[in-house]
Amino acid sequence: MKESLAVIWAIGRKDLLLETRNKDIIIAVSAFALLVLMVFTFAIDINQGNAKLIGPGILWAGIAFAGVTGLNRAFALEAEGNTLEALMLAPISRDLIYIAKMLGNFLFITAAQVIVFPIFAVLFNLAVLRWEMLVISLLTTIGFSAIGTLFAAMSMRVRAREVMLPLLFLPVVTPLMMAAVESTSHVVNGGSWPDISRWLQLAVAFDIAFIVVSAFIFQQVVED
Amino acid sequence: MEDVIKSFAETMVLRSINFSLQPGEVAVLLGANGAGKSTLLRILSMLTQPDSGSIAVYGKNTAKNGPEARALTGSVLHSPMLYADMTIRENLILFAELYRLRNIDDLIEKNAVKVGIESRLDQRVRTLSHGFQKRTALARALMHDPQLLLLDEPESGLDSPSVLQLDNVIEEYRNSGRTILMTTHIIEHALEISDKAIAITDGYAHVESTTTRSDKSNVLSAFSRSFKKTSGDL
Repeated sequence: MKESLAVIWAIGRKDLLLETRNKDIIIAVSAFALLVLMVFTFAIDINQGNAKLIGPGILWAGIAFAGVTGLNRAFALEAEGNTLEALMLAPISRDLIYIAKMLGNFLFITAAQVIVFPIFAVLFNLAVLRWEMLVISLLTTIGFSAIGTLFAAMSMRVRAREVMLPLLFLPVVTPLMMAAVESTSHVVNGGSWPDISRWLQLAVAFDIAFIVVSAFIFQQVVED
Repeated sequence: MEDVIKSFAETMVLRSINFSLQPGEVAVLLGANGAGKSTLLRILSMLTQPDSGSIAVYGKNTAKNGPEARALTGSVLHSPMLYADMTIRENLILFAELYRLRNIDDLIEKNAVKVGIESRLDQRVRTLSHGFQKRTALARALMHDPQLLLLDEPESGLDSPSVLQLDNVIEEYRNSGRTILMTTHIIEHALEISDKAIAITDGYAHVESTTTRSDKSNVLSAFSRSFKKTSGDL
């Protein structure tokens, strides 16, 4: 267990080091998500009446599309120097590589949300900086990173990687995004915790199922 | 390696590969372009799964004991496979940690001197020439002192002094009872330093000794004939 954690930490620290040098992923994800929010803010006359209705959908659509950009970038760096193969030469289980990459993606998308959520709160005048949103964000980002890491690894060998990833990934992640939108709607409309948690149960089930399945499939995906 | 078969889509690259190497042996893989040399090295490195057949590295079956077999293997493949925005030292530290090595600083210094990159340790890989990147890949492969060293055209991008340095590493490995399997495009030179030649033709492996001068000459002429035939077929 201690050795596995050391391996995950070594790969995760490497991703953090590269991100602090390049700042590719966090900037790309935040900028894309903010762009989506701004476009909708100008395109639709946001007021007190419709913000609660359409705001949650716009927020999570922005994060989903921006997150795909981040996933693409995370694996583009590995594809650039064939470095995923270097990790595979090491005497470690492929599952650990998957978990480390998933945690890296989770951290970068979470960091982008830290930038996006307050701006969304101001633009839409909605109280999303609440602890319930922390739980929703956590569960959604875990599932998003779990399945996204697998699909990003799958599309790494495909020529039109940037096109293929959203095409493959977004339909699969739709139930999770529905749970995120519905539970966020309950939060901004002052819903009770049982209402919110009903949708979060779907997110938890999605997270568990896809972490297990993705870790299993990852090995087949990365080997020729 | 027993009855290893590998195909890509409709093309069968390796039909039935059988050979074994002994500790202290240096073997060179020969074959025309597309014969399957790199595929074979990738299978031995456990980056590519064979369709069937079994491979054992010092008794560890690669399918059943992948991590144990990988711990015994060091690979320098076509691409140096380094993180371009990290320094050589940072790359080596990462892989030393993945191999759970101790005394990492000493190991890095020792292997950097061995391959001649000690003055560049704190330079980012992106700023290095292909030759230095290849040397760094070699240093990484040597860090965990593997029993089996796989080298895919290790001399490509290296200047003459570096090729001599590489020969020294190979000689040192041979003398310490370890095994080396390499591909090369400088066949005459490879035959000089090898004990065995494994020629891949039509997906099959033909193993020949190269210990004596006449062995080397026979292998060279047989390979030339086979290469001309394959080139003619293309």
